[in-house]
Amino acid sequence: MPARLNSGDTAWMLTATALVLLMTIPGLALFYGGMVRRKNVLATLAQSFAATALMTVLWMVIGYSLAFKANPDPGLDLFIGGLSHLFLAPLTTNALTGTIPEALFMMFQMTFAIITPALIAGAFADRMKFSAYLWFSGLWLILVYCPIAHWVWGGGWLFTMGALDYAGGSVVHLNAGTAALVCAIVLGKRLGHGTGNMAPHNLVLSVIGASLLWVGWFGFNAGSALTAGGSAAMSMTATQIAAAAAALAWMFAEWLIAQKPSVLGMISGAVAGLVAITPAAGFVDPVGALFIGIAAGLVCYVAAVWMKKALGYDNSLDAWGVHGVGGALGAILTGLFASSAINPAGKGWAADGNAGQMLIQLYDVLGTFAYSAIVTWLILKVVDLMVGLRVSAEVEVEGLNVNLHGESVGH
Amino acid sequence: MKLITAIIKPFKLDEVRESLSALGVQGMTVTEVKGYGRQKGHTEIYRGAEYAVSFLPKLKIEVAVKGEMLEAVIDAITSKAKTGQIGDGKIFVTPLEQVVRIRTGETDGDAL
Repeated sequence: MPARLNSGDTAWMLTATALVLLMTIPGLALFYGGMVRRKNVLATLAQSFAATALMTVLWMVIGYSLAFKANPDPGLDLFIGGLSHLFLAPLTTNALTGTIPEALFMMFQMTFAIITPALIAGAFADRMKFSAYLWFSGLWLILVYCPIAHWVWGGGWLFTMGALDYAGGSVVHLNAGTAALVCAIVLGKRLGHGTGNMAPHNLVLSVIGASLLWVGWFGFNAGSALTAGGSAAMSMTATQIAAAAAALAWMFAEWLIAQKPSVLGMISGAVAGLVAITPAAGFVDPVGALFIGIAAGLVCYVAAVWMKKALGYDNSLDAWGVHGVGGALGAILTGLFASSAINPAGKGWAADGNAGQMLIQLYDVLGTFAYSAIVTWLILKVVDLMVGLRVSAEVEVEGLNVNLHGESVGH
Repeated sequence: MKLITAIIKPFKLDEVRESLSALGVQGMTVTEVKGYGRQKGHTEIYRGAEYAVSFLPKLKIEVAVKGEMLEAVIDAITSKAKTGQIGDGKIFVTPLEQVVRIRTGETDGDAL
């Protein structure tokens, strides 16, 4: 029987696509924007907004084809997709992916391609040139995101191996977090890091942003079911539980260690939980989601607060500590908690005795980390030669709003 | 005539104002200021990054009074603005040479 369009599935995926776009603008833009100093807030918002526009066009021109269309060479197809859908030329109104229009599937995936490079911006807030940012994120989409998306979701080697990544724990979060770590190391610390006051200028913006991320994440995770059914509902359940558990875990850990339960801590914990449940949602039961959330809150707290200090890099907004570490943790724990009772496609260690899945998840993490780190480093070096990565010391001290964009907030 | 400049904790303003009104003080100027004395500042922690905030928010109130009112006003401010905790503030008294009410041209004691 030929596949038929299901209007319920289509209606949900239209909604989910809008929700995921909401995560980047204004969710991520506000989350990051509130954490920087006032003189750089517009430059930080500009990064999310420009990424949205630039990734949309690049996805239409080449990204979708490279990530999701088969490569005519079966050997190459393990690593990168084909060029059949350049400029989306063959896309028709009637084309289907599963039970939804292919145009809708392409749009849903586009919103993932938008947020992933935008996440990296947390590493170079306050000090990167806007031109370098555009070059970097455009090249990164094509050379890093598209291949890794193809590996896991487009029929590439991790897909063939059976790696479980429901909504992008490694493709999106570990990938962006790794790139953020490399960016922080290559760019170097902000001027005055460790001596000057770099406190967030307006955490109200960050709370609004994190809350929009949380809500938008239902589109991200439950939308990754690609259908409007039990899998989407279970995925949404896991998402909510993990976000809440992680927010509590981070909050109580901080309360215990640093004496006060900070607002920034609560929202960071929620985001960490959302990141960690991303690969697992749709594969784990509610109790598995609870454990993943608690683990994410505690581990990401340690990563963002202690490890960063111990290693001495300046990952300004903790894209690595939250997204990289949370994504890797979630990917591994998916192998532990996946249950065939929830999703027959995912047999984990705890419920199904499939210890081998843990190893596959480890390959997924190591492969993503290694490829993302190396190619990110190469792109940074090339962009540095082309336009220079970092603004001058004078511009950095005076602020990016005025110097990069000719505007300021608040008079 | 004296100009009394007092730095006080912001939450004490209403009590101080009421007690000065009761003494017959007719006017006051209040400014939000930041500063530090023995209280020093406090520490803010954002994801483990500690920042010392050395200037704390205080209120500066300015009151011009006749010489004979001075002691009563100082007593009122001292008793009402006091918590006994470090950081209660200070009172500065300076001599005042001349006062003019702009609307009427009245001067000195008549202008207070």
